[in-house]
Amino acid sequence: MLNKLIFSETDIKTETDNLKSEYVLEMKHLKKSFGENHVLQDISLVLNKGENLVILGQSGSGKSVLIKCIVGLNEADEGKLFILGNNIEDIKAEEVIELRKKIGFLFQSGALYDSMTVRENLEFPLRRQLHSLTKETINSLVSEALENVGLSDSIDITPSELSGGMRKRLGLARTLILKPEIMLYDEPTTGLDPITSKEISKLIVEVQKKYNTSSIIITHDIECTKLTADRIIVLRNGICEAEGSYSDFENSEDEWIKSFFEK
Amino acid sequence: MEKHISHIAGNENQMKEITQGASSGNFSNSIFKKFFLEVSMITIFTLRFFKEVWKPPYEFNELLRQSFLIGYKSFPLVGITGFIIGLVLTVQSRPTLMKFGAVSLLPAMVAVSIIREIGPAITALIFAGKVGSGIGAELASMKVTEQIDAMQVSWTNPFKYLVVTRVLSATLMLPLLVVLADAVGLFGAYVGVNLKGSVSFHLFFSQVFQSLEFKDVFPAFIKTFFFGFAIAIVGSYKGYNANKGTEGVGKAANSAVVFGSLMVFLIDVVAVQITSLFEN
Ligand SMILES: Nc1ncnc2c1ncn2[C@@H]1O[C@H](COP(=O)(O)OP(=O)(O)O)[C@@H](O)[C@H]1O
Ligand SMILES: [Mg+2]
Repeated sequence: MLNKLIFSETDIKTETDNLKSEYVLEMKHLKKSFGENHVLQDISLVLNKGENLVILGQSGSGKSVLIKCIVGLNEADEGKLFILGNNIEDIKAEEVIELRKKIGFLFQSGALYDSMTVRENLEFPLRRQLHSLTKETINSLVSEALENVGLSDSIDITPSELSGGMRKRLGLARTLILKPEIMLYDEPTTGLDPITSKEISKLIVEVQKKYNTSSIIITHDIECTKLTADRIIVLRNGICEAEGSYSDFENSEDEWIKSFFEK
Repeated sequence: MEKHISHIAGNENQMKEITQGASSGNFSNSIFKKFFLEVSMITIFTLRFFKEVWKPPYEFNELLRQSFLIGYKSFPLVGITGFIIGLVLTVQSRPTLMKFGAVSLLPAMVAVSIIREIGPAITALIFAGKVGSGIGAELASMKVTEQIDAMQVSWTNPFKYLVVTRVLSATLMLPLLVVLADAVGLFGAYVGVNLKGSVSFHLFFSQVFQSLEFKDVFPAFIKTFFFGFAIAIVGSYKGYNANKGTEGVGKAANSAVVFGSLMVFLIDVVAVQITSLFEN
């Protein structure tokens, strides 16, 4: 059954609720505006350990803003954010950074560094975060990352020579190289042909299985949702409007949700 | 959540929001207000540079790489332009000096013109066109394709890695390029003098060095640091705050050149005023 996400009076939090969270990620009444543009109006959601949570929403509905709040690329105006159980308001700024280092972010465009080769792209996060690595360790981590996404042959070319699908894979490899506990995917299949989309979706599931990562997948691609989602949340008008499994949504009576799912 | 603004997330998000608020809110869109906002944003950007430049980690490798790209790669263009300017200036000045019977002053006059003004100004304008626009376009495309965001979530301070290194390189490299342009320009002048007439290399340069004084050379050299700094700051600012979409890249490159050149002239005017204070 499809739950309408309405928070009842019993939802009122006690003091301890605000200190810790049992979830990998939790957002409570998060709000974010840009001037008069109230993008996120009241977002509350949780992410369970090892789960693929898909957040569906139209373009411009604030999906990217939502996950950028998690890594600190955007600052929420109001509300609480728990990362790996910790309320980020209650811990030191350095600890927040340490927590956020456990989050991987796959950008919509891949965000590959154009001025670097494929190898340098992969080495960049390693050298930046784990300063004491030897050359051999870096090399083996890079090879492993490329193998994981099936790109072993392209190590010395620049990203501009890669196809759209390969760029996405490389972006994924660069994110996975630090073995994040939480993965955030921003529209991983947008702009790809159906076959490549399917491959990327399968890759996401593989990552979940292999590393037991907990992931949020932002998309408006129903195929990708079907393949990857353990649970789905629909974002509309700045709130989480509905939550359920794929089959819940597929059989939904709601006109707007129907229009989303018939493709 | 405000108090947990991570040190890297920095001001630019907040400033972006202020600008957004200004253009969508009650502020009128008058050019004056936009100009004022722009000037204050560039000021904040510049202050941020001075705040971050002292803080470790220092990105030495990137600084060297940028200095190579910004400095060394501009050598041919600056050299050729310097030579032509020296040559043309000499050829053009000869008839006027001839009228006054002062052709023998040609090397001295050309040398002072090149060293005091033409070398620094022309080189700085070329630099604004080549390096300023390059920085603007590169940072803008990195912004638009989320590379700057990606750096931030790799816990690299993109302002230090991208902006501080470029601004420092430009500040150090432009003076070197001006020295090159001056030297090649003087050689061009020597060639120009010898197109009609004959002055030996030795005689030409002894006349040049006799005519040049400390007050010709020193202020002209000092101001080039400011030229380089201003061009790179403006270029970085435009790129770093570019709007989404590919047209944001073109706009950033374009306004980097326009405002960079404008800054060169403004600094030049100020420099002339300051220099003249010491001259009498
Ligand atoms: N840095 C920003 N400054 C101002 N407005 C922004 C910013 N980032 C996003 N927005 C606005 O927030 C809204 C949601 O954007 P986004 O999260 O990118 O949508 P999507 O769901 O397609 O990912 C859009 O209207 C966008 O214009
Ligand atoms: Mg988006």
